[in-house]
Amino acid sequence: MRTLWRRRGEGPWPWLAAGSVALSLLMLLALLLLLAIRGLGHFWPAEVALVALQDGQPFAGVAVREEQIPGEETRERLYFTGNRDLDGDRWRWVEVSAIADIRHPAELVVLQRSRWGEFHGRLVAVTGGGEHHTGEAAWPALQARLSELDVLRDERDRLRDDVVVPLVRRLDNAGNLADADFRAALAAANARIRELQSAMGDDILILESVDGRRIEQPLDLVLRAWRPNAMSPLDKLGAWAGGVWLFLSEGPRAANSAGGVWPAIFGTVLMVLLMSLVVTPFGVLAGIYLNEVAHQGPLTRLVRIGVRNLAGVPAIVYGVFGLGVFVYGIGGTLDEWFFSESLPSPTFGTGGLLWASLTLALLTLPVVIVATEEGLARVPDHQREGALALGATRMEMLTRVVLPMTLPAMLTGMILAVARAAGEVAPLMLVGVAKLAPQVPVDGDFPFLHLERKFMHLGYHIYDAAFHGDDVQAAMPLVFATALLLVLVILVLNLTAIFLRHHLRARHGAPSRW
Amino acid sequence: MSFFTSSSAAGGPIIDFAAAESSLEIAGLSLAYGEKPALRDLTLRIPRHRVTAFIGPSGCGKSTLLRALNRLHDLNEEVVRRGEIRLEGQDIHAPQVDVAELRRRVGMVFQAPNPFPMSIYDNVAFGLRLQGGMRKREMDDTVEWALHSAALWEEVKDRLRASAWTLSGGQQQRLVIARTLAVQPEVLLLDEPASALDPISTLKIEELIRNLKSRLSLVLVTHNMQQAARVSDYTAFLQQGELVEYGPTQTLFTNPRLRRTENYITGRMI
Repeated sequence: MRTLWRRRGEGPWPWLAAGSVALSLLMLLALLLLLAIRGLGHFWPAEVALVALQDGQPFAGVAVREEQIPGEETRERLYFTGNRDLDGDRWRWVEVSAIADIRHPAELVVLQRSRWGEFHGRLVAVTGGGEHHTGEAAWPALQARLSELDVLRDERDRLRDDVVVPLVRRLDNAGNLADADFRAALAAANARIRELQSAMGDDILILESVDGRRIEQPLDLVLRAWRPNAMSPLDKLGAWAGGVWLFLSEGPRAANSAGGVWPAIFGTVLMVLLMSLVVTPFGVLAGIYLNEVAHQGPLTRLVRIGVRNLAGVPAIVYGVFGLGVFVYGIGGTLDEWFFSESLPSPTFGTGGLLWASLTLALLTLPVVIVATEEGLARVPDHQREGALALGATRMEMLTRVVLPMTLPAMLTGMILAVARAAGEVAPLMLVGVAKLAPQVPVDGDFPFLHLERKFMHLGYHIYDAAFHGDDVQAAMPLVFATALLLVLVILVLNLTAIFLRHHLRARHGAPSRW
Repeated sequence: MSFFTSSSAAGGPIIDFAAAESSLEIAGLSLAYGEKPALRDLTLRIPRHRVTAFIGPSGCGKSTLLRALNRLHDLNEEVVRRGEIRLEGQDIHAPQVDVAELRRRVGMVFQAPNPFPMSIYDNVAFGLRLQGGMRKREMDDTVEWALHSAALWEEVKDRLRASAWTLSGGQQQRLVIARTLAVQPEVLLLDEPASALDPISTLKIEELIRNLKSRLSLVLVTHNMQQAARVSDYTAFLQQGELVEYGPTQTLFTNPRLRRTENYITGRMI
């Protein structure tokens, strides 16, 4: 007899569903971990090995990776040796079997220099300001002098960026009408800069590579110095944090293969904000028109299909459109009308912040329209009728009842738009991004927001550093770090919008799902 | 021109009111959704300060007629309309009529309570804010008055800022009535206002209706004949878009003129 309570169960479906979610999460986690380890790991002060070969000179370097030589038994190891001014190259492959001895002497120093990159070796002497330190006293003297130099360097940079450059630009624009005051201020700033330069230029370091060659290193070109083999984990953590901070706050150096990405962060966020400012009103209004105002006939259906298809157009096509219509078309015309005295040097007739934002706004417009339409369709008719029955005009019904209920959906549209736009690189290359633009488009000069300037962008920076650098090996960790940063920036932008949406839903008393 | 059919000289199946005592006049109204006719040549007058009930089987057109009275059919492009509707003697479809103002004067309460996703206070004040120009003190007073009129004040006076959706169904419906009353309409249309509510709430709504007729003219659509009998002064029986019988409620329910009416009331046919 068949049992009455035979279990049917749900079959494999819950497992398949949960498994898909788990798989997606795992992949995301793996991606983030990869980026974090290879990117953030770059800033951790690695120990420098003193490698003695069985035949030949010793060298100092950081082991990066090991590979099997194809077709042979031996393995090779790649060391980052720095010292480009001494050796001509910053990298060195060594057969593992040829290594006689590896040590990690505590006195090995690593110097980060603004010219020639990193130095690995020993500190012999510090000279400057009438003092001369050698031996044990050299390292503390170096550190003390470096912090003093930092202060002077900050003042020099501040003078240059905040005083000299704007004044020069104003003089350029004013031409012969330059004020005597301007010139005086400029001369004073330049004089002070020269003072600082000479104060900084005094100090010289005597450095020695581990194979005995000595060089004289001006201290004002040295950015940071540390002795990784002598650092405690806490010291290393501090140095790591300092390195990350510099990465986030400084501009790039050495053709984007070193230094920081602050201008790229600023440019990316600024462009995304401008794009949102443009796309949100247009997208929302278009969605409202299609859903609430238009007569729902064949023409409206055609427009709706067209909008949804626009979402599938490749991004580079938008870039070409932006180039043709915005940059050459509108930009060229603007130049003729308003900036003709600068021609043939283009002002708006070339790529810039404004055209990039507009192009990406076009790119993400379909997404916002569709999201708005979906949100409007979800507002129940009885809410609309309720408003009308109280004597509201159609406009009042829309603005006071329907649109507040649609805000969460509109924010969803904006989230999707931001996520897509922040990561697009191809169209930007045509309409406004620059390989190097350390001056951000926002400064103290009227009109404060310079829409015609080119800007840096994290996505483009990744592409440029990975493919166009002369030293791709050195740039790779920065590429990973920048990629991680881009993901985090998008994450932060999205989370902000999601929080906002949650708050709005809760306020309206509607059930809120994250 | 004689609008009315009478089966006998004195008081046929359709009662006639003088224009002066009518709030709304419907003259020769025919309405169709595209090809499908919904109302056929309706003519009747709604008396002022009374409760008039529309009864009839499903699909007879009573809700359609109700929604025609505040021009809600304007939203529907398919609707084709002939005939006239007059509010206090003025044609509501005249080109110079402000529809929004019409809908303020002729308020409507729907079958399922539909409070806005706002606080109780904001729901009641919604119509007031549309009119504009009211100071906070005056608005507070009007909101309190409206909630009193809807017999809801005592229950919500301590939580005016709470979301309207935290109220029970019956309270929500009274809130909807309150917000409609706040804008001082002349006519109140009620489309099966208690059909989604429990019996206690239903009784409260019915009592409210009785109390309101001193100030407004009320038109009530209901499929509940006992409710029509309890609450209304006059009842119109519609069937398939036609006005079959229209007279004092007592008479229509105890002594209907037409067989069709009697059949419907006694449940012998749908």
